[in-house]
Amino acid sequence: MAMRRREFLNLATLATGGALLTTRLAFAHDSERRARLVVVILRGALDGLTAVPPYGDRDYAALRRDGALHAPGEAGGVLPLDGFFGLHPSLSFLGQCYAAKELTVLHAMASPYRERSHFDGQDVLENGTPRAHAGQSGWLNRALAAAPSSAAREAGVALGQNVPLLMRGPAPVTSWSPSRLASLDEDTLARITDLYARDSLLATRLADALAANSIAAQEDAAPIMTATAPSAMARAADASPAQAYNARYVEVVRAAAGFLRQEQGPKVAVFDTTGWDTHANEGGAQGQLAGRLAALDKGLAVLRQELGSSWSDTAVLLATEFGRTAAINGTRGTDHGTAAAAFLVGGAVAGGRVVADWPGLSARALYQGRDLAPTLDLRSVLKGLLADHLQVPARALEDTVFPDSAAARPVRGLLRA
Amino acid sequence: VQPFASAIAANRFGLGARPGELTTIGSDPRGWLIAQLQGGPPLLSDASLQNSVQVLADALQLRRELQAARKAGQDVQQKLPQFLKPIYVAEGTARFAEAVASGRPFIERLTQFWANHFAVSVDKQFLAGLAGSFEREAIRPHVLGNFTELLLAAETHPAMLLYLDNHLSVGPHSLFAERAQRRQSERKIGINENLAREILELHTLGVGGGYTQQDVTTFAEVLTGWSIGLDRGGLLGGGEPGRFVFRAALHEPGTRVVLGKSYADEGFQQGVAVLRDVARTRATAHFIATKLSRHFVADDPPPQVVQAVAAAFLASHGDLPHVYRALIDTREAWEEPLAKYKTPADYIISSYRGLAVPVEGHAPLAPFEVLGQRTWQPGSPAGWPDRSPDWDGASALIKRIEWADAVGARLGSRRDAAELAPQLLGANLADATRTAVARAASAEQAVTLLLAAPEFMRR
Repeated sequence: MAMRRREFLNLATLATGGALLTTRLAFAHDSERRARLVVVILRGALDGLTAVPPYGDRDYAALRRDGALHAPGEAGGVLPLDGFFGLHPSLSFLGQCYAAKELTVLHAMASPYRERSHFDGQDVLENGTPRAHAGQSGWLNRALAAAPSSAAREAGVALGQNVPLLMRGPAPVTSWSPSRLASLDEDTLARITDLYARDSLLATRLADALAANSIAAQEDAAPIMTATAPSAMARAADASPAQAYNARYVEVVRAAAGFLRQEQGPKVAVFDTTGWDTHANEGGAQGQLAGRLAALDKGLAVLRQELGSSWSDTAVLLATEFGRTAAINGTRGTDHGTAAAAFLVGGAVAGGRVVADWPGLSARALYQGRDLAPTLDLRSVLKGLLADHLQVPARALEDTVFPDSAAARPVRGLLRA
Repeated sequence: VQPFASAIAANRFGLGARPGELTTIGSDPRGWLIAQLQGGPPLLSDASLQNSVQVLADALQLRRELQAARKAGQDVQQKLPQFLKPIYVAEGTARFAEAVASGRPFIERLTQFWANHFAVSVDKQFLAGLAGSFEREAIRPHVLGNFTELLLAAETHPAMLLYLDNHLSVGPHSLFAERAQRRQSERKIGINENLAREILELHTLGVGGGYTQQDVTTFAEVLTGWSIGLDRGGLLGGGEPGRFVFRAALHEPGTRVVLGKSYADEGFQQGVAVLRDVARTRATAHFIATKLSRHFVADDPPPQVVQAVAAAFLASHGDLPHVYRALIDTREAWEEPLAKYKTPADYIISSYRGLAVPVEGHAPLAPFEVLGQRTWQPGSPAGWPDRSPDWDGASALIKRIEWADAVGARLGSRRDAAELAPQLLGANLADATRTAVARAASAEQAVTLLLAAPEFMRR
């Protein structure tokens, strides 16, 4: 465990020392390569101790009982990471990414939020401040507003009908979701555009929607945008809720890739997934959460495939609002907790490691006697990611993107130089 | 009275004007709303709709049969969804049809508000078959009653107990736990705090309402034993399948302190006593007043409105018609004619009402899914959000317009949009919209333009 702590500190200091170099290199290749960022919000509080089980921790198995996962190689064993942590066996694509040094696992990480409401927790995760409901914009949008400007009309796209708080704010963003309806004729559209001329909200939204549609309609995106919709719709008609959900999710992932592949398209895409609130019958190597993780993993594999050569310029962050109780509860599930696990994956990621200052799972080490204790501030990771990947200036990160976060020093070196 | 007050009554307090409704309201919009508070609540009793006990008993029975079939190697994955889906569609259609046809749209809106306040979501097992009967059995009878009774009805309904996992929550010192310990069972015995937390956070006090993690844990212990009848033996079985049952064997014994007050162990009544007290706190009054004011006045309601509504809540001990009247009586409720951006459900229902569209067809609930608000599927116990940025996305807007286009194509030749526009929008009808509708290239396009107009996107 001591080694683990040292390793963590080394990573942080090494990266800080090399910050200048990293930034210059990133700037130099920005002209030929466009950094892409995907943020996936896992709403409902992913159980980090099942997604990334610390099977090497001596207290882990007793806390999770028959839901505990075993060492690699054993029946129902985890996928190997670093000999202490493993990956849930449903996460096979992420396991391959780890082996290819394209996945960094973050653990015992938390936003500044220390209560246990999903909705406030998600608000803090997205608003980038220490408090829930502190504002009407998200850190990612403010980061885009501060980043070197791109030629694209839209800096980011939210895959869904509406824009989540994370992406709301001053930078121009749009939302897009596949349509089952016929598109409008130009005359009707022109008349509606006129009707909205004196309504700034609707005028902006309509222009954003049309911009997104025109990107989606471009030739190389077209097969993705149109071909999947009818099949997904047909599937949805007689699929189980889980199957319908997974079909929609894959559709969203394909659309995200379709936008990001475009040279003139948005460089940031955001979408969310749900179903992580496992209060009862969570399962272990198999079961409810295993099924959700498998679907998540499959979607990421689709994302990589669809991004093609753009994958090498892409970082994907998967984060949740908080973790879950260390111990299993009375209904074979877990209740709301504190620190969680997160993933940073992609061709641009300097992966193949677990970044964690592991606090342990002994009764004394648990936060308030029940949760994995937080030792890594989410904002430290986000600052490093935004600085090195999107070239967001350090001052903006401190002032506007993550106000009141001076104590959260950036973790550098998360991306390939 | 402001010229647009009747439009506010019909479109913001109601579910959207039907042709002629603004004339009916005339110069007394407050009176029109208050009159709707008279008489019993609309219960939506329909002989073809099944009650939750029936549905749940059948679903539990089916699940047991499927478990046996699965062991025998049959593929039965779709059987339960196939059983539940027609129930969901029948319930959702009945609710939709009532919203479209209702002459008391204020009460229907309140019903939807409370169903969303005590949200269950059909993406959890069994809930597709229960969300509708939950609304009819637990919400509707109390919409014009007392908040405490509404709260008790919601928290003891099998749909809520299943949705928030309370039915198998076990007190660590309960009879069940002791026996399990004697048997040296491997099973972890303990509480599930989901229901207790969401009652405090989402149904009563609100987050920041002064409760601690300890209160959540203790309250969860108080609620152990609040369960559902199951068709099996043992301490976890018994009771009428599908009906609420208090299982004393699961209940954590002893006096418990919740929010600083001590509650003696009176079994089921211990939890009822906590709920009755929590329902009457200032924090609950403020939280409910905030949500009502946000829904009926503005995304960020003026503090004096919230204060007036909360005061009525406290003074009347949660008598809901008093609370609604306080809301109607605020000046601010009548000042801003288009303060709220419609949710997709608002948009669809007001379109159907305005154009007198019949609720029919093989997929009557499809519009809700297409426009992003699938009936009874908010996806979380917080329910659907209630602010403009949650609904005014670019993609959401273009879908509304595309849908309006489809509605226009289907009905346009049989509707006169120019004649309807003032009847639906009243004083909110802008000259630009009036002109655009009048000069439309076709009757179909005229309907589309009316539904796409900025003043029809809002309420």
